[in-house]
Amino acid sequence: MSSEAPLLSVEGLCVAFRTERGAVRAVDDVSFSIFPGETLGIVGESGCGKSVTALSILRLLPTPPAQIEDGSLHFGGRDLRTLSERELEAVRGDEIAMVFQEPMTSLNPVHTVGAQIVEAIRLHRPDSRREARTRAISLLERVGIRDAATVVDAFPHELSGGMRQRVMIAMALSCEPKLLLADEPTTALDVTIQAQILDLLQSLRRSSHMAILLITHDLSVVEHHTDRVLVMYAGEVVESARVGDLFRRPAHPYTRALLASMPRLGGGKRRTRLPTIEGVVPGLGNLPKGCRFQERCGAVVESCRAERIPLTSFGTVEENRMVRCLRAEELAS
Amino acid sequence: MKPLVQTEKLGKYYPRGGGLFTRGTFTRAVDGVDLTVGTGETVGLVGESGSGKSTLGRLILRLVEPSFGRVTFDGHEITSLSARELQPLRRRMQIIFQDPYSSLNPRMTVRDILAEPLRIHKLTARGSEEEGRIVELLKRVGMRPEILDRYPHEFSGGQRQRIGIARSLAVQPDFIVCDEPVSALDVSIQAQIVNLLLDLQEELGVAYLFISHDLRVVEHISHRVVVLYAGHVVEEASAERLYRGAVHPYTRTLLAAVPGNEAARRALPVLADATSPARVAEEDGCPYFPRCPSGKVGTCDVTMPEMSAAADDTTHRFACHFPETR
Repeated sequence: MSSEAPLLSVEGLCVAFRTERGAVRAVDDVSFSIFPGETLGIVGESGCGKSVTALSILRLLPTPPAQIEDGSLHFGGRDLRTLSERELEAVRGDEIAMVFQEPMTSLNPVHTVGAQIVEAIRLHRPDSRREARTRAISLLERVGIRDAATVVDAFPHELSGGMRQRVMIAMALSCEPKLLLADEPTTALDVTIQAQILDLLQSLRRSSHMAILLITHDLSVVEHHTDRVLVMYAGEVVESARVGDLFRRPAHPYTRALLASMPRLGGGKRRTRLPTIEGVVPGLGNLPKGCRFQERCGAVVESCRAERIPLTSFGTVEENRMVRCLRAEELAS
Repeated sequence: MKPLVQTEKLGKYYPRGGGLFTRGTFTRAVDGVDLTVGTGETVGLVGESGSGKSTLGRLILRLVEPSFGRVTFDGHEITSLSARELQPLRRRMQIIFQDPYSSLNPRMTVRDILAEPLRIHKLTARGSEEEGRIVELLKRVGMRPEILDRYPHEFSGGQRQRIGIARSLAVQPDFIVCDEPVSALDVSIQAQIVNLLLDLQEELGVAYLFISHDLRVVEHISHRVVVLYAGHVVEEASAERLYRGAVHPYTRTLLAAVPGNEAARRALPVLADATSPARVAEEDGCPYFPRCPSGKVGTCDVTMPEMSAAADDTTHRFACHFPETR
């Protein structure tokens, strides 16, 4: 994996939103790369900037109020920030596709799912209507829909949530993208269906060597369905690591606290108080000087409040981990 | 444990289809449920969307009128009571919702929101007694009295859920239906609310029916867990026993689907992707049969399985013709 060039590389991304009370930075100096065939997870709570990061890659944020202030976005050697709207249109859907949380609102209710997949295919390919329809049916089969020949003529409201999300994935895959951006793709689904969709994404990734950027608030989803993870907090990356290393030895106090606050199945300590992270995430409009987690951190010291904490390497060179905490090595040992 | 809430063959059918001259059919949202919640006990209620878990919670409180069956609350049969007769018992039964934003009136301040139930049930005299009680309630849920004149939109999801809980506590209930109270909250905030519910139970002895699709949270908070599928109880047991030794194929599938349970999932056949578990009234047999990996034609599709108890633990009950071995 590391011998290849990254498929997507994001460097120093800063995204601001204009508000009544001045501009706030929702994403502040975020950097990461994704390699072909890899799944990168971005995990964090609401407002941490994970979705804004994903939407910025395809420049899907409305400007204004949003604005990419700084940073570079390179995809397969091209600079996505400098592409014209028309050139970007060719990348969207064709090379980079996106799946959202709520499939009902992303499907058009007045067209059959087949018509919508055919449209997506023909936007990027010279296929005839008939060829595109055949392709749509085979895509629906590929995402595990058994009677695809019937479902292709169904309207979105006739399908269950799980089926709709499969249709969205089929549509996203229609042009064999190199990268799939999946923003909370299973959050609105029942637990049994959630497991199926995540398994499906992984098997598609393996069979087509597609890369996936999986955005989620659920650490246990990250644990089992990604290769590497970025943990975000209040607009910053606070930790990045391979998933096994992260769960074995979380480096940032926030990651550790998040892991501890999650009840585990068969965890044993039933009906006892769960460890919590007291307080709330600071508003982006009045971030504290220094570490953004300082008010909620049990290990805070004077130097944490002095200036912005840099992202530094953690653990062995081989682990290739980064953490934004002055006391990480000392606390994690 | 003394039973506080008991349902007997409780059900709700909703008419569906049918026009002016054609006969429609019925969707069985809740179909003959026997459920008991003891004083000070937490019963977890799990199931997928469409399984009828929210409807069941509302039926018990008579926020939805049952089609048939009985609900007994602290010895009083409440299904036949008039609204006026029900009023004194209403005070003792409360509900908190998933989305505290849509269940708090946006035009009312926190003070008004908390004063309303006190006034309706005439629990405190207006003025300093009422004010004192409101401040006490806020402190009880971990909020400062300075926020009394603020409006719901000024708070985060977790804080709004605390206000919703404070409102339900205002009337000193014995029983609270918690309908997905932490599902919309961030992980770190979920833990705060779970702890608050545990503390309140310990101090006030309140009983909960805790409805959730998150099995991890349910296991953590519940004494007993009831699994609902298509309006039927398919299995119930102590939390500990259910998570270690579920015997109903549906319960086992639900447990296997929890992220982190990959090994268990691989051991199970792929679950059919049903559109919705709710059924129409004409169908016979086990409601889970269409999706069940171990269902047998000739038995499961014709006869509804009866509730039976485990040989070594009579509180572990299940409805399955071919239960798996523990």
